[in-house]
Amino acid sequence: MAHKAKASNHGGSSVGIESRGERIFDAVLAIIGILLVFIALYPIYYVFIASISRPLYVENGAVMFRPVLATIESYREAFQTPFLWTSFGNSIFYTLFGVLVNMAFSTTMAYALSRPRLIFRKFFTLVAVFTMWFSAGIIPMYMNFRDFGLLDSRMAILFGFCINTYNMIILKSFFEQVPSSLEEAAFIDGASDFRIFGQIYLPLSKPSLATVGLFYAVTRWNGYFWPMNLLTSDSKVPLQVLLKKLLVDRTANEMESAIITAESLSSQTTVIYALIIIAIIPMVIVYPFIQKYFKSGITIGANKG
Amino acid sequence: MGIPSKRALRKRFIGSWQLLILLLPGLIWYILFCYRPMVGLRMAFYDYNIFRGFEGSTFIGLENFRTYMMGPDFARTIKNTLMIALWQMLICFPAPIILAIIVTEMRSNILRKLVQTSTFLPYFISTVVVCGMVVNFLSPSTGIINKFIELLGGEATYFMVYPQYFRPIYTLMTLWQTAGFNAIVYIAALMGIDPQLYEAALVDGAGRWQRIWHITLPGIIPTIVTMFIMNIGKIVKVGYESIILLYQPSTYSTADVISTYSFRMGIQNGDYGIATAAGLFEAVIALILVVIANKVSKRLTETALW
Repeated sequence: MAHKAKASNHGGSSVGIESRGERIFDAVLAIIGILLVFIALYPIYYVFIASISRPLYVENGAVMFRPVLATIESYREAFQTPFLWTSFGNSIFYTLFGVLVNMAFSTTMAYALSRPRLIFRKFFTLVAVFTMWFSAGIIPMYMNFRDFGLLDSRMAILFGFCINTYNMIILKSFFEQVPSSLEEAAFIDGASDFRIFGQIYLPLSKPSLATVGLFYAVTRWNGYFWPMNLLTSDSKVPLQVLLKKLLVDRTANEMESAIITAESLSSQTTVIYALIIIAIIPMVIVYPFIQKYFKSGITIGANKG
Repeated sequence: MGIPSKRALRKRFIGSWQLLILLLPGLIWYILFCYRPMVGLRMAFYDYNIFRGFEGSTFIGLENFRTYMMGPDFARTIKNTLMIALWQMLICFPAPIILAIIVTEMRSNILRKLVQTSTFLPYFISTVVVCGMVVNFLSPSTGIINKFIELLGGEATYFMVYPQYFRPIYTLMTLWQTAGFNAIVYIAALMGIDPQLYEAALVDGAGRWQRIWHITLPGIIPTIVTMFIMNIGKIVKVGYESIILLYQPSTYSTADVISTYSFRMGIQNGDYGIATAAGLFEAVIALILVVIANKVSKRLTETALW
């Protein structure tokens, strides 16, 4: 069988000869591939089918590959969780405004550090990069927030984590890639650094800004550790902190679950699975769109260190 | 490079004052939220009382370090940190490399995309949800994993309470969460390998395995080394965010690492001096590891991180 040379290079050693050995190799690879897809997706799929099944069949193991006697009762109950909508709203607030704060602080600093003209540039870069190698740690950071009176404050979440050094360095290398002739031309026209930054560099690096913005957004949406420690009011915590109480701390009182009959439409377990689905749905919806941005960001990050 | 003269400095300053203004917000943030806490590290040398502050607390020198290092928790946290790091290095580090090779070796474009997309997905699911899934999947009464074990004739086990299961659980969870994400760097490196090399090897009669062994692997070794170095510094900073969600007093013997110990002592027990001492100990080791890794890398590959 004649084999055309592949138009697009996807890497790999397969270069178009199909001996019997090659075909077995390919078949084994395909099986491994399907297995990997199963391992990656099954946990999520299982949570979904369990969340819409009757609890008795979840608990006796009848639900494994498809839902049994589907019902949305668990979702109805999950949506009644106190503070679920509040925390959902809080998460949207922290993500939206948090990313704005992140981008404002990160782009300005990254731009300044990307200009060879900047005085003490090496020193300022070191100030940022050193924090990747050495950080004060959890307790001193917590005390620092306490000193500023930022405990149980939304401002702590927004402004306590303005810059992720890794993301800032990625932005810096993006700015460094923009041809400097643009800057020089603008300079000759008498433009200030602020204008060059705001009207030339920012618009030119839109795709890179999107990439880093998404890095920040995913971290913001998924983070729980600092919000858990800094925020004490139920009305201020984001979704992940609420979920932590509902999903993880629940094991402590495993014993107090009610008796489940064939007629039960929901149980503690199925409600938890429903909550997991509610929590990951926003991510799963945006995932196809943000995937490619992430890939480009990761590759650049790794090359730049 | 000589020391620049005062006049040259002034000229550079005048030339970049607008840049300095752009730099300022970020710089102030670093000082207030990254460097100011470093000053707070002196808590490690005080019998620190949160209500009285430094003025009301007594300076006790290295007493906190002694309490930590002489106590029973020291050996345990060090051992657990190293063991969990070792598990990570042995399983979670090579897995993305293998995954990347599998993905690029596939002939079917559809399957290749499917594998990449689905293994990448778990990375976007939060730590809390992933840990929640683990805890619920392993539940002895309702967990799906125990259902499978029962189906195969085994006995349901409450995995989360037995110390011997903690490291495998934690490692497999991290593997599921990060393998697809970490593979992306390697896939990019693999796509950079010149296809002509493979064709030449084919002409020489090299089979698939030989081509992978002699062309693919050597082609991504620089990437592997870089990733390895970047991971070394993180060794001691094992993922406390997920460990504190998964461990419980009955599994402390295998799960409690330096950072979780520091967190528990400080935020939960209010023993800030000892907690900070443990944290500082960890941070210094991490710093030393990064410096060593970079030195070694400079010598070996001429690709240093700085």
